[in-house]
Amino acid sequence: MLKQIEGSRGVAEAVALCRPEVICAYPISPQTHIVEACGELVKSGELENCEYINVESEFAALSVAIGASAAGARSYTATASQGLLFMAEAVYNAAGLGLPIVMTIGNRAIGAPINIWNDHSDAMSMRDAGWIQLYAETNQEAADLHIQAFRLAERLSCPVMVCMDGFILTHAYEGIDIPDQAEVDAFLPPFVPQQVLDPADPYSIGAMVGPEAFTEVRYLAHDKQIQALEVIPEIQSAFEEQFGRDSGGLFHTHHCDGAATIVVTMGSLAGTLKDAVDELAEEGPRVGVLTLSCYRPFPKAELREALKKAKRIIVVEKCLATGFGGIVSTDLRMALQGMELIVKTVVAGLGGRPVTRPALKSMLRRALKGELADLHFLDLNRGMVDRELANQRKGIATGPTAENLLKDVAIHGTGA
Amino acid sequence: MGGTANLADMFQVRLHGRGGQGVVTAAEMLSVAAFLEGRHAQAFPSFGSERTGAPVVSFCRIDDKPIRLREPILEPDALIIQDTTLLAAVQVFQGLGPDGYVLINTAKSVEDLGIEAAVGGLPEGRVRMVPATDLALRHVGRPVPNAALLGAFAAVSGLLRFDSVEKAIREKFKGPIGDGNVEAARAAFEAIAVPA
Repeated sequence: MLKQIEGSRGVAEAVALCRPEVICAYPISPQTHIVEACGELVKSGELENCEYINVESEFAALSVAIGASAAGARSYTATASQGLLFMAEAVYNAAGLGLPIVMTIGNRAIGAPINIWNDHSDAMSMRDAGWIQLYAETNQEAADLHIQAFRLAERLSCPVMVCMDGFILTHAYEGIDIPDQAEVDAFLPPFVPQQVLDPADPYSIGAMVGPEAFTEVRYLAHDKQIQALEVIPEIQSAFEEQFGRDSGGLFHTHHCDGAATIVVTMGSLAGTLKDAVDELAEEGPRVGVLTLSCYRPFPKAELREALKKAKRIIVVEKCLATGFGGIVSTDLRMALQGMELIVKTVVAGLGGRPVTRPALKSMLRRALKGELADLHFLDLNRGMVDRELANQRKGIATGPTAENLLKDVAIHGTGA
Repeated sequence: MGGTANLADMFQVRLHGRGGQGVVTAAEMLSVAAFLEGRHAQAFPSFGSERTGAPVVSFCRIDDKPIRLREPILEPDALIIQDTTLLAAVQVFQGLGPDGYVLINTAKSVEDLGIEAAVGGLPEGRVRMVPATDLALRHVGRPVPNAALLGAFAAVSGLLRFDSVEKAIREKFKGPIGDGNVEAARAAFEAIAVPA
């Protein structure tokens, strides 16, 4: 049924339709509304046969989910930002043990400085932990990806993170078509665990593995992700057949056929980017947009095929590898090595900085003229940076950078 | 009726208020009302760490086509200003186009508020005042002006039917609180639509 609801509510309802048996919850903005809504659905009885467990920390949230999943329960949790960092050890364990937990990330920046707003730093910090990472462009896709995520996780016995932009999606009201229970039941069979802790047939999960087999365990985890590159499109097709919507898969393309310049991005930024390139098409050559839905595994071969006719790729990403540059763009450069094209990195939207059409169009005009640096920070306030650099050159005891910049904003405003 | 905004293009509303006045809820209810009329709508807050009394901005886009845009509303077609103390504190009129609509929660006039320069160029009937807090106090018993302002906005813009606004309010507020908010909204709607 099509409803006008908050993104968080839509995700909670989609998760409930998947009949999780254990939900572990510890609140952190901007994820809080999701676990609150899950709690309401359990308490009201709409979601039956589900134990909702309030835990004392994020570390406990995922640890309890690990225990529940190992005991054969379909398990779900959600977090964001510092919460994901606090559960980091358990994140690796869930993947290493091959437990099909589904976890929502309401993507948010990582401090310090304290910042509750959106970017992709949190999920990026766990990109190599062994979880499959899917990114939603809209709240409809966020809801749909959760239904696909349980099927994907259980098929491969691998945990799946569904990443949705904090606030921009989690707190946005928009139309979301929430499927019927019968439809979801038809799409998502009951959980049959690959491994289960059963007193009637006891064995251990979580062995110590030494040098004699650790590489092989890791190789198989990698191989599982490579298998996911085939399974994800299969599940996308099955979902489209069942629900009539093209959600998920490896990536989506917008006017990429014949485009010499293609922008690659992830998450909710894609909507604004599509509007920007469509407006730009009135004054110049068509720029395509490719939106990655699946970041881990990284679909290298599929991207090489999709981008083989392009001459210029611009990766607009909401994360930064400090001291190096882009993260998604680095992966893409690796995937495209040997091909005759250039890849530029544009870091945008850090800590909730709005990404606007005017800023994107101005950047794209420069890119089309070949004037974009290899690493470009969208909307960087150069004056603010230069004043602080000058301050720091004065010598020692120049004070905390974040506080200095806030004083600068008070004096100079947010213009140049 | 105050106006006849049409949807040849996307219609964008920016709401300004203070924490505790239901600014975010107002945008959400506005989006629900538009949705109930078969439109695409998107409401979102300004994503601050909200504190009671702090300036808060929320946004609502309404269109006949799916809405992809996620940037904050920089060039609103309409402004709903829930608190006149913001007029001196925040650049509420920034980006408002020459055909824009302005709805302010006040019993005062444009002249009393000293905003002739900001709104003087707008077409006749586009700047309207409604004492929404007074109406809320009378009908709800609490100084929360958001529902009343939505009622007035339906009349000012001509964009929504009152019954859609009523349904949207009742989706958020059940029981007697819902009744009170609907009455406040109806009083505000009629104050604009049927001038005394």
